[in-house]
Amino acid sequence: MTRIGLVVNPVAGLGGRVGLGGTDGPDRPRVALSLGARPQAGARAAAALGELAARAGGPARDGLLVVTAAGPLGADSVAAAGLADRIVYAAAAGRDTTAADTAAAVRAVVAEDVGLLLFAGGDGTARDVLGALGNVHCPVLGVPTGVKMHSAVFAVGPRAAGEVAAAWLGRTGGVRLRDAEVMDRDEDALAEGRVTSRLHGWLPVPDVPVRVQQRKTGSTTVSPEAVGGIAAEVAERVGEGLLVLGPGSTTRAVAAALGADVSLTGVDALALRPGHPPRVVARDAREDTLLALGPAWLALSPIGGQGFLLGRGNQQISPRVLRAAGGREHLLVLCTEAKLAALGGRPLLLDTGDDALDAELSGHLPVITGRRRTSLYRLAM
Amino acid sequence: MTASHAPVSVSPEEARIAPKPRLRRFQQASWDEKLIFELGSPGERGVLVPAADPSVPMPAIPAALRRAEPPALPEMSQQQVLRHYLRLSQENLGADLNIDVGQGTCTMKYSPKVNDQFVRDPRIAALHPLQDEDTVQGVLGIIHSLEQLLKEISGMDRVSLQPGAGSAAIYTNVAMIRAHFAARGELDRRDEIITTIFSHPSNAACAKTAGFKVITLHPDADGYPDIEALRAAVGPRTAALLITNPEDTGIYNPRIEEFVRIVHEAGGLCSYDQANANGILGITRARDAGFDLCHFNLHKTFSTPHACGGPAAGACAVTEELAPYLPRPTVEFDPATGMYRLDDDRPESVGKMRPFYGVVPNLVRAYAWIMSLGAEGLRAAAETAVLNNNYLLHKVRQIPGVSVPYAAGRPRVEQVRYSWEKLHEDTGLHSEDLGLRAADFGTHYWTSHHPYVVPEPMTLEPTESYTRADLDEYAAILAEIAREAYEDPETVRTAPHRSTIHRVRPEALDDPATWAVSWRAYRRKVLGEAGR
Ligand SMILES: Cc1ncc(COP(=O)(O)O)c(C=O)c1O
Repeated sequence: MTRIGLVVNPVAGLGGRVGLGGTDGPDRPRVALSLGARPQAGARAAAALGELAARAGGPARDGLLVVTAAGPLGADSVAAAGLADRIVYAAAAGRDTTAADTAAAVRAVVAEDVGLLLFAGGDGTARDVLGALGNVHCPVLGVPTGVKMHSAVFAVGPRAAGEVAAAWLGRTGGVRLRDAEVMDRDEDALAEGRVTSRLHGWLPVPDVPVRVQQRKTGSTTVSPEAVGGIAAEVAERVGEGLLVLGPGSTTRAVAAALGADVSLTGVDALALRPGHPPRVVARDAREDTLLALGPAWLALSPIGGQGFLLGRGNQQISPRVLRAAGGREHLLVLCTEAKLAALGGRPLLLDTGDDALDAELSGHLPVITGRRRTSLYRLAM
Repeated sequence: MTASHAPVSVSPEEARIAPKPRLRRFQQASWDEKLIFELGSPGERGVLVPAADPSVPMPAIPAALRRAEPPALPEMSQQQVLRHYLRLSQENLGADLNIDVGQGTCTMKYSPKVNDQFVRDPRIAALHPLQDEDTVQGVLGIIHSLEQLLKEISGMDRVSLQPGAGSAAIYTNVAMIRAHFAARGELDRRDEIITTIFSHPSNAACAKTAGFKVITLHPDADGYPDIEALRAAVGPRTAALLITNPEDTGIYNPRIEEFVRIVHEAGGLCSYDQANANGILGITRARDAGFDLCHFNLHKTFSTPHACGGPAAGACAVTEELAPYLPRPTVEFDPATGMYRLDDDRPESVGKMRPFYGVVPNLVRAYAWIMSLGAEGLRAAAETAVLNNNYLLHKVRQIPGVSVPYAAGRPRVEQVRYSWEKLHEDTGLHSEDLGLRAADFGTHYWTSHHPYVVPEPMTLEPTESYTRADLDEYAAILAEIAREAYEDPETVRTAPHRSTIHRVRPEALDDPATWAVSWRAYRRKVLGEAGR
C-alpha cells in the first residue's frame, strides 16, 4: 500500500477573483464568498490526485491510499478523484474551518507514515504546514490554489503536482528532495510600497526541475531608462484606448512613467489618449469590473523569479476577462531584459484555471523590453 | 571539509609534467597620485621649443583655427610628467603585465612588439591623410592587400576597413542593410531586425540606432539560440538577422546554416558578427554558412591589440550584391597603371563612417600579423586558442562552486562563460567579489554583458598566446579564491587588500549625471565649482 497525505485549505484562493488578495485571517473568506467567490481549492486538489492516479496506473492506483481529513479538508477531493481514503481528522461541525484545522490535520496525517504530504493552498497554508510539521521530516508538495504563492514549495499547477507526486512515489527519473523556501508577503515592506516576501523556513520538496515553482525574488528596482522605454512603447501600441495593468513592480513603474497613480498590488484600468494624461478608470478592480470594461489592452508583468504571468496574484484577470479583452492579440507582456534573464530560461507560466485558454496563450510571445524592443519568450502552462 | 571541497583531481601523468603552480605574493604599488591637473606650478615647463628662424617663411594659421587664449593645460617639467604616468601604470593590470585571460570576449592575445615598430616608423607615422594619393601608394597598397586577405578569410567579395571599431562595423553593416532595402523600396515594410541575447549587445544597439525594431531571441535549454523562436520571429517585416557564432558562451551553433536559410526564405539578410572569430580562423567562413555580411574586430582576432577601449579597427565584408553600399571612399587598384587610388564616386554608398580612411596604424599591425603567420599559421593560432580554452575549462570546472552552463559535455570554442551560482548559494558571495579578490593575485576577470543570463557569470578567453604554466597559474588562483570563499568568505567579501583597484559603486556607473569624464566636468560635478 502506498500512502499519500492530503490536506486542503478550502478557503485558499477565494480572494483572488474578487480582488481581496489572500484569505488569511478569520473574516476574509466570508467577505470573499459574499462577493461571489467560488471555492476552487478542492477541485484543484482533485485534479492533482487525478493526475497522480493516471500516472500511477493499474495496480499501483489500486494500491494508493490517501490519508486525509474529513469533508472539504481533503476527503471530498479524494472522492472526486475516485481514490481510496483513510480519514484521520475532522473539524468540529457547525463552524468555519481555520488555520488550526489545517495544522491539526497535518499532524494527524503525517503520524500515519505517508510517503508524501500534498497540501492545497497558498503561502499562508504553506506557513501553517511548516509550523505544524515542526521537527517531523515528511516530504511535502503544494498544489497551488492560493492567491499569493511566493514560496518554492508549489508545483507549477495542479496537474504538475500530480506528476511530481507520481515521480516521487515511483522514484522514477532520479527524483531527490530539496529544501524549498516557505515565503509569504512581507506586510511591513508592503506598507512602505515595496513588494517583497519574507522567508519563514524550508520544507523538503521532491526536486523535479521546472515542474516545481521557483522562489519569487524581491522586486528589484527597475531602471528608469528601461521602464521609460517600455511605457513609451505601451502608449504607442494602445494609442487611444483602455489599458488594464496587472500587479507587479514593472507595471507599477510603467503606470508611474505614464503619469498615473495606481494601487501597488491590485489590478487597475487606465484610459489612454495621445497627448493627454491617463485617466484612472478603475482602481483595485475585481473580475466583474474588468468584464464590464469590454475590449482592452492587458499589460502584465511576470512575478519575480518564478515567472508566473497569469494565475498568481492577478486572478481578477480571469479567463473570461482575458477573452473579453481580446485574448493573445491584446496581451502586452512587459518585462525588463534583466528580469527576463533572471528566469534562467524557464518559460513564463500560465495557470488561469482554463486549460484551453492556457494552451491558446502558450508559445513564443514578443515581450516588450523597451521602446521598439521585444524579446521573443516562451509562455507555457 | 565536505566532498565538494575535494582537491582538484590530477592524473599521475599530469602531476609529473605539471608542477603545482606557486601562488605569487603580489603587492601592488599604491601612489595616492593626484590628477595631472592638480600637479605642476605656473611657469614650470619641460622643453623650450626654439623660435623659428625669421628667414623661414611660415604659412599663416587660418584665423578660425587660432585660439584667443592658450589652453588651460597643466604646466609641468618632463620628469614630473614621466613620473606621474609611470606611477599610474604601476597601479593598473595591463595586458603585458598580468595573465590576461580573464577579459573574456576581448581576445587579449599577445600583440608582437615588432608590429608597433612598423607603425612608429616615419614611413607610416609621418603620413598625413590629406596627402596626395600618389605619395601614399605604400600604405594604400597595405590596406588593399589586407582587404584581399580578409576576403579570403571570410569568403566574401568586398571588404571595407573604414570602421573605427567592432560596433562601428556592425553599424556600417546595418546601414548597408538599410540601404539595400531602401533601394528596393521595401524599407517601410521591412523594419525588424532579429538578434540573440548572447550576441554582443552592440548588435541590438546598432539596429535600433539605425531605426529598426529589435527582436531578441533567448537560448534554448542547451544554450543555442532557440530556432523555434526564430521561426516565430521571422516574417515579411524581417530585414535581417544579426548574430554572433560562437556566441559569448563559446558554444558554436551547429544549426547556423538553418538559421540563415530561415531568414533568407523570409526575404531578410544575414549579418555575422565575427568578433569572436579567434577559434574558427581558417576552419569555417561566414560565406560558407550563407551570410551576406560579416565583420571582424581587427583589435581582437588580428592582434592590433584590444588595448583599453581603443584605438580599435573594424572590418566589414560583404557579398558582391551589397558592395555598392560600402562606405566611401574605397581603395581601388588600377592594373593598367599599377597605382592605388581612393574612389569617392560611389553614389549608392552609405557614406563615410569616420573621417579619412580607417585607423591606419591598426590596419598595418593586422596586416603584419597575418603576413607573419600565413594561412597555416592562422589556422594553427585558432586551433591553439581552442586547445588552450578547453584545457583551462578542464581545470576550472574541477574547482568547487563553478559550473559550466549549457551544452553539457560538449567542448567550447575560444571562450567559456562559467557560473559561480553554486558558490554563491553556498557562501553568499558574488562573482564580482571573486573577481576583485583576483586583483590581490595580480590578475582579474570579467563577468558578462548585461543582463546576466548566466547567473554569477565569469567569462575566460585564454587565446593562443598563453603557456600551459600561465593557464595552470590562473586556474590555481581561481581555486585558491574559491577555497577562501568557503573557508574565509570575509577576506573575499572585503577584497581587494593588496591591490590599488577599488570597489566602485556600480549605481554611479548607470547614472550619467554623476560621470566626470573631463577635468572641467570633474570641477563642476565633483568639486562643485560653478560656471564651468
Ligand atoms: C562579439 C562581439 N561583437 C562586437 C563587439 C564590439 O566591438 P567594439 O568593442 O570594438 O566596438 C565585441 C567586443 O569586443 C564582441 O565581443
